Order: sequence, then structure tokens, then C-alpha cells
Amino acid sequence: MFLINCPFCGERDQSEFSSGGEAHIVRPKQPTELSDDEWAEYLFMRKNIKGIQFERWNHVHGCRKWFNVVRDTSNDKILSVYKMGEKPPVNYK
Amino acid sequence: MPNYRIHKTEYIDETKRVSFKYDGKTYFGYEGDTLASALLANGIHLVGRSFKYHRPRGIVSCGAEEPNAICQIGSKKDLTEPNVRATELELYEGLEASSQNCWPNVKFDIGGINNFISPLIPAGFYYKTFMWPKSFWKKVYEPLIRLSAGLGKSPTEPDPDIYDHKYVHYDVLVIGGGVSGIIAAKMAAKNNLKTLLVDDKKILGGSTIYQNNESIKIDDKLSSEWLKNEIQEIKKLSNLTIKTRTSIAAYHGYNFLLAKENLTDHLPEEKKKNKIRQRLWKIRAKKVVIATGSIERPLVFNNNDRPGILLSNSINKYLDYYGVTCGENIILFTNNDSAYETSISLHKKGIKNIIVDLRKSASSELIKQAESLGIKIYFNHVVTNTFGYRKINSLEIMKLSEDGNTTVGNKIRLSCDCLGMSGGWTPMVHMHTQSGGKLDFRDEDQVFLPKENSEDQISVGSCNGDFDLENIIDKTVNKINKFLDIDNQDYQDTNIICSKENDKRNIWLLPNKIPLGKTKCFIDFQNDSTAKDIKLALKEGFRSIEHVKRYTTTGMATDQGKLSNMHALGIIADTAGVKMGTLGTTTFRPPFTPLTFGTLVGRNVGKFFEVVRKTSMHEWHVENNAEFENVGQWKRPWYYPKNGENMYAAVQRESKAARDSAGILDASTLGKIDIQGTDASEFLNRVYTNAWSKLAIGKCRYGLMLNEDGMVYDDGVTTRISENHYLMTTTTGGAANVLNKLEDYLQTEWPELDVYLTSVTDHYSTASICGPNSKKILNKLFPNLDLSDENFPHMSFKEDKLENINCRIMRISFTGELSYEINIESKYGHSLWKMCIEAGKEFNLTPYGTETMHLLRAEKGFIIVGQDTDGTMTPSDLQMDWIVSKKKYDFIGKRSLYRSDTIREDRKQLVGLLTDDPKEILEEGAQIVSDVKSKPIDMLGHVTSSYFSPNLNKSIALAVVRSGKTMKGQKLIIPMENKNINVTVSDTIFLDKENKRLNA
Repeated sequence: MFLINCPFCGERDQSEFSSGGEAHIVRPKQPTELSDDEWAEYLFMRKNIKGIQFERWNHVHGCRKWFNVVRDTSNDKILSVYKMGEKPPVNYK
Repeated sequence: MPNYRIHKTEYIDETKRVSFKYDGKTYFGYEGDTLASALLANGIHLVGRSFKYHRPRGIVSCGAEEPNAICQIGSKKDLTEPNVRATELELYEGLEASSQNCWPNVKFDIGGINNFISPLIPAGFYYKTFMWPKSFWKKVYEPLIRLSAGLGKSPTEPDPDIYDHKYVHYDVLVIGGGVSGIIAAKMAAKNNLKTLLVDDKKILGGSTIYQNNESIKIDDKLSSEWLKNEIQEIKKLSNLTIKTRTSIAAYHGYNFLLAKENLTDHLPEEKKKNKIRQRLWKIRAKKVVIATGSIERPLVFNNNDRPGILLSNSINKYLDYYGVTCGENIILFTNNDSAYETSISLHKKGIKNIIVDLRKSASSELIKQAESLGIKIYFNHVVTNTFGYRKINSLEIMKLSEDGNTTVGNKIRLSCDCLGMSGGWTPMVHMHTQSGGKLDFRDEDQVFLPKENSEDQISVGSCNGDFDLENIIDKTVNKINKFLDIDNQDYQDTNIICSKENDKRNIWLLPNKIPLGKTKCFIDFQNDSTAKDIKLALKEGFRSIEHVKRYTTTGMATDQGKLSNMHALGIIADTAGVKMGTLGTTTFRPPFTPLTFGTLVGRNVGKFFEVVRKTSMHEWHVENNAEFENVGQWKRPWYYPKNGENMYAAVQRESKAARDSAGILDASTLGKIDIQGTDASEFLNRVYTNAWSKLAIGKCRYGLMLNEDGMVYDDGVTTRISENHYLMTTTTGGAANVLNKLEDYLQTEWPELDVYLTSVTDHYSTASICGPNSKKILNKLFPNLDLSDENFPHMSFKEDKLENINCRIMRISFTGELSYEINIESKYGHSLWKMCIEAGKEFNLTPYGTETMHLLRAEKGFIIVGQDTDGTMTPSDLQMDWIVSKKKYDFIGKRSLYRSDTIREDRKQLVGLLTDDPKEILEEGAQIVSDVKSKPIDMLGHVTSSYFSPNLNKSIALAVVRSGKTMKGQKLIIPMENKNINVTVSDTIFLDKENKRLNA
């Protein structure tokens, strides 16, 4: 059970949150221009990393805000949290 | 009756005699006893039969590691518990316990025959034997195996006990109240840290609390006396909480731990009543100190499992703590110093004992003390066999060869009534590894130790491989100072004298002249696996410890191999010729000791099992005999049986009434989302497949929502209340997910849109009135409202007052009838409903439930998302191309609608089905085929909705069928268990295709 530091509410138990998968996948602005393969890349392809992963989380039983999390999947340590729209911290790239 | 209680101790209250029953016979013990100590005091060693060979087994240990003394407590249908360790169960007046896994009784057990056919049941016996013939598995093998397997009996009725959960936060959690745990807790608490100390025993002090050897002293006091002082001191610390009878079950990430506190298990029946039995503590700790100690290892030799063979240190605890001797003529078999403490304790109490030591020689102060007391020691000797069926009566020892690989010389037979084994100590690294910590291997004494790599947990004391008192105290103090970043000087001048030394001669499988195949050298007592089984597994090609474990079942019993895992690893390493440290260990999984379901569930039983949502009209439905259906967390009226009607009859009546005159449905559970903002119209354009910009104020529109993969996600009617204000309805079950999804898009993809979403599902109650007479009923309720088709046409919205309370009225229809939905603030919902019923009396206004709603909409071919769709249906698959805008540039899921897969013509598509026999009702979920003779039968699809329509007087069904759109008029077959049902593919709309009834 993680402790997640919601950027709006502070540290809370994982049970208040829901995970939204990989972060920084932007919905294409012009989907109709895309080939099947390009659309499939957006729709289905997700990373599954052992190590540092950028994820979306939602404080669903709290402020209901979405935000981003940098997590090391090998030990579940959360290294950083930052708001939607903010650039990912460069030191984890 | 024999009495093995030979002296008084401060832990046994001899003024409080306790009577208990074991296997139906009454015995006596004292307050302070465990069931095991009380049985031993009565001379009872034999407490069960082993799992596979049904060999007689006795008490082995005095704690959580006990493999044999597991018993069934109580005999009531609701209050009986299997697999309770007698070594941990505190004795109470009226306790009833019985042995397990034996029939007819523990002394004469029919299953004992397995012991004599044991060569026929080696490791993997079940896998090898019950493979064929295949058909035998289900009818012969499985029932037989199930009959003979299992330990103890489960209760057959609900658990009447009360369980509780508690959440707590601490700066420091200390697990284990032995010497190192007490020191750690004191240092933390004195440094102003909020500290919790837990220990699974009744009192603190671990194994030092009953230590009375004169050659082990702290500050010139017996170590036990010194420790008692420390305990008195920590009890005064205000920010230290001490929880005894509390064991950590699991150590999860981020220092989240579960602990089980026993509150009443030690109390007599009448004192247990109405009290919380166990409490599950959910602990968050900033830092965790693990001081869980170590467990003594058995030794692996032929017939090492007879009753009367115990761990040496347990014999010591039974003696010095409980005042009970395990025998009168005891032999201690050891490879290290710690058995000598037991020997000296026994000697002082006048119990004759002999030591058999694997070591060639040893010369610590402790050994000198034993020698000076005249205790006979056989150095460089090994026990090769034991004798005695229901209890050990003698054993054979032989001299060890120089390299320790074989025995030499003649057998010496020694008589005894009890044998203590000491194979050294295994640090309890369970908590460390559960927390994600790794292990190192120390070759000298063959132990796995915690590898320190964490900032928020640390292991101290013997669970960290420090076995002598001097090391334990010094290292604990240093480590805790560093770990907590404090500078505690309390123990700087503590003077420790410990005469024990750590040398040890470790031999995992002890040598014997008898071939291994003819021996029974037990490794896992509870699952009956032997050294022979491990070797067989290796011979058959198993290499990974995880595979050997599963093949031989070593370490897989309720004790989770606390006594056996290390020996299995050692024998594998020796046999395979690899270093033990490179093998790794099996995974230490929670719980450390078994938990009851009750503890895990806590208060969430019965009506607290799950949250129940009720509409404001719920009481009326209950009063009017409704049967309820669970839809998500909602309780929805399913149907309203009258005069003993069954569901079918009630639904037929309700459906007919709704179409003939009027029906009323509680539609309050539909999800309602209030959408406001200058970009509300644009937002709806993006989330629904159809166009929304041109919807006039006061009008309603049906919308279909897709996932980005093009599959139908939800549907519902949305009303434009004003320029920038909409009210969206969703399916009952989908409401929360739809809101989540919409918020996700708004916050992450389209943050530039000015849109605000509010869930108002619970704020409004909805009565939906349908049928040809619904307008007349509405007119009675709202006499001032112009209900003409011109002023209030289908798919439009009006506001009016009912007794001065605002109502939102939508003329929308899910039944195909003229229909109105009246929304009112929820607190008035019950009154609204009653007023509707009253107004509708003269028109036979009939309340109907979800089943009739489903039937009525099926007659009209309206889909239910989640029943006719399953996350793989596109709008086109549902024959709903009409609702997908061709003009809009984009909406969620649009691009996916022309992926190569979604435009396939042989996708499963929604069709109607009519049975050739109009009275035959199909089963929902039934498979659809065109040819029953081909093998394998080609499955074309399945039935999604099926009813007998009273309005059409025939059976109707919706189904998804491969290429269904092109199959109208085609004959298909529904193969059922005992017949094939012939059907014809039809249109999905069965009634009123022209929509005349909407304006009736």
C-alpha cells in the first residue's frame, strides 16, 4: 500500500487513488489524419518497465484531480509527483 | 495420573486450577499454561497423526513454529476452529480441544497403515499415480483424495464472534519484545518518538525472561532479572504503547503492516461473550525495528519424529517457564552450545540427562560448567535411530568419522523418555523479506541474514544473526542509535557476561549406516516430507528450490516450513554440490502465522458487507412487496408480486398494464451529471457520437458514448436546460465510470474547455410514468402545464411546481410508450411517488420494476449497455449507424470506427430472434449455431436478452450473431442440453416500428 503525495491534498493512502496508466501520452489532435498503425500506437501501445516509470494517478476518493507520478516499479518507491501539464522532472529521464 | 510439573515458577499461578478437555478426557492445568504445557504436565506427548503416513506425532516446540501439535478447538457448528497450535493457545477453563488427522483416535489410527506402505507413496506420488485413466479423476480419485486429505474441520455455520479493525500511525514500530526489542523500544520512546512495541506472547521478554543460568549475567544480575527491570521501566514511558498477544501477520510496502491482536482467545467461554475476539491493526510506521528473534533448528536423522522428541530450547522453556519437565530421562542431541543451557537447567531440577554432541570437542565456559556438574557428554557422536511407537523409549548413537560424512565403530543403545534436538538457530527473517529486503548467507553457521539496504527498517538481535547476549545488546544499541539518528547512552556501561560460544558443526543430513531409502529422516513434520523425498526430486531433475518445494510439498503446510525450509535447502545444496548461499530461499509470504477470515473481514459482515444505496422511494417499494435486484450498489425494485405471483406472472401483468393503461418506474438510480460552462455544447460534441451544438434549449437528445477504441461505453438522454447548462443521464451501473472518464478528458486532454461537472445522481429522485394514460395522470398532477404535443412534444423538457416544489419534467421514453419522467429534489421523492400513485389510481397505474422495464424496451429493440453490449460492440454492430455523426471532425472513439478490425463485415452484430415455437423462451447467454452436426460446432454468437412478450403474445429475443446484419429471415439453431431450438433472425424492433405509441 503506497503512500502517495497528492499535489493538492498531501500524503494519503493508496486506497484513495486510482491508477491511470502511462503518463504523457497525448491524444492526437487530428486522429482522422492517422493511419491504422499510428492510431493503434496511441490507442494500445504502453510501456511496461522494470524501473522508472511515469504514470497518471487520480485522487478519486479525494480531490478527484489527476496528476503525474514517477515510480520505480522495481521497488514501488515514488520518486516524484507533479501536476498535469507540468513537464516531467528531467533527472529521471 | 502422572505429574510432570516439578517446580513452581512465577508464570504459573498454582492457586488457579483450570480444567480442560482433550480428546474428550478431562485434565487439569493452571492459569498461565498453554494447552501444550498443560498436556506435557499430564505426561501427554502424542497429540496427532502425521499428514501422509499417519505416524504418531508429539509436541515439538513451544511457539509459532509448531508443526505437530495443531488441534481442533471447540465442537460447535459455528464455533470451532481447526489447526490451532497448542503451543500458542493459552489454557482457559472449559477449553475443549481434540487431535486432528486421525480416525478413530490418535492412539489407534487406521491411516497408520500408510506408514507401512510408505515405499509406495514417494514424493510426487499423486502426480504420478492419478494421471490415468483420465475419466477416473473426477469420479474416483478426487473424491477419495479429498476424503483423506485436510487437517481439521471447518465450521459449517457463520462465525458468531466479533472482529475489529483499527488504523494507527507511529514513528517507530518494534516487532518483538525480547531483549533487543525492549532496548530498541526504550531508546525510541525515550527520544520522544511515538513508539509501538508488539509481541505475540502474553508477556514481554522473549527467551531471556526465563533464563536463569548463573554464567550468563548482565550488570551482575541474572539476565532475566535485569530484563524484568527494563520491562518495568519501559512500562512507565508515556509515548510507548505495548501490545502483547499481538503478532505481525504481514509487512507490506511503505511500512504498512498488519497485526493481529488476540483479545479473548485466552478467556473462558462466559467471559468471551459480546467481546471483540480479535483486532486487526493496520499500522503505518515511519520506521520499523524488526526484533523477531530466531527459531531453533531440529536435526535430520532416522526416525527423528517420534513423540517425545522436542527442540532442546523448548524443553528448557517448558521447564523454567512452565515448571514442566518433558521427561525423566532426557537425552540432548546438539551441534552447538545452546543445548548445554537446557542440560544444566534440567540437572539443577534433578532431571537426569545426557548430551550427544556432533562436535569433536568444545570448551566454552558453559560446557565446562556441564562437565563439572558430571553431565555425561558424548562428543563426536550422532544419533542414528530412535525407538518407541507412541513415545520414544531409546535411541542408538554412533561415532562420527573424521570428515563427518559417515559413522564408525559400534552402535551404543541408550534408553530415554525424551530427546531434545538442537541444530543451531534460524533467524526469523520473514518480516525483513516481506518488506522487500534481500538476504545474505553466512557460511560459518549456515544462516540467512537480513541485508541492510533500507532507510526505514532494520533487524536487530538474533533475527539479525547475533546469538549471544553481549553481541545482541551492543549491536542493538549501536544500530538503533544510528537508525533513529539519536545518541542514547543508557547502555554504555552495561556489563554483560556470556559464557556461550558460537561454534557449531553443521551437518544437514546426518550420516547413517542404513541406506537412505530405508530411513525416515523427516524434514517437514507437518507435510511428512523426508530427506529421501528431497533427494528423489533432485534425481528426477528438479533443481530450483521453488520446484523442489512444490514437488515434495516441503514447507507448504500451515507452519510454512518454519522448521524445515533451511534443512531442505541444505540437503539440496549438499546433494547438488553447490553453495547454499547461491540457491536462494523460497519466498517468505504473509501471513507469518495463519489468520482467521473473521479477522481479515472485521466489521464488514452481514449488512455491513457492502454499501447499499436506496432511493428515496425505497420504503414504498418495501411496503408494496417489491422484490429487489442489485444494480451496482443500488437496490432497485425488480418486480412487485401480487397474490403470490412468481416473477414471470408479475412481469407479464406489469408489462401489459404499462402498454394498456399506465405504468410507473422508480428511475432515480440512473446516473445524473450536471454539466455547466460556456464550452458545455462543445464538450458534449466531443464525448457523444452525435451532434449537440444545435440542440435547442428545453430539448432532450439520446446520446451514445464510445471508448477511444470505438466500443460502446454508455448511453443516455441529455437535456439542454439553458444555453450553457445540460443535465446528462447515464446508465445506473455506469454513472461513476462515466463521470471519471469525463473528468479525465477535461483535466488531461482538454483543460482549455470551460466545463464543470457535478454528480447529481443522489440529489434528484425520478418517477417515470408511461403508457397511453400517462398524459391524463400528468394533467392531474400538473393542471397548469400545457401537455399538448405542440407545447410539450416528445424529447422535450418543462419545469413546473408540485405543491410549490420545483419539478423537472422530461417527455422521454425507454418503453416506446408516451412517457414522462418527473425529477424532484430527493427529499421530496417519496411524496412525489405517493402522489403519482394516488393520481394514477383511476387509470390502474401499475408500479413496475427493472424486469418489466427490460421487457418493454426489448419489445422496442432498445439496447441495454452492459447486457446487449460487452465492450466489443461498435454502434454499427448494434445497427445504430444513424446516431454516429458523419459531419463531426472528431469525437471520442471516432477514429477507431474505421480501423481494419472495426469495419470487418463478419463482426458479431445485434439481431432479433423469433422462436419457431412462439411459446419457447430462450435462455440468455445461450449459444447460437447454424449447424449442430459439424465438429467442432461453429459458434456464431449468443442470446443477450430474452422475454415472453405479453403484448405480442410471443417469445422475443435479442442476440449478437456473426454477420447478423445480413441474416434477416435466416434459420438458426440454439442447442440446449436436451433439445435444439429453432429460431429465425428478425429485425431488432418487435413492436410499433412507426413510433405511433409515443404520441398516443
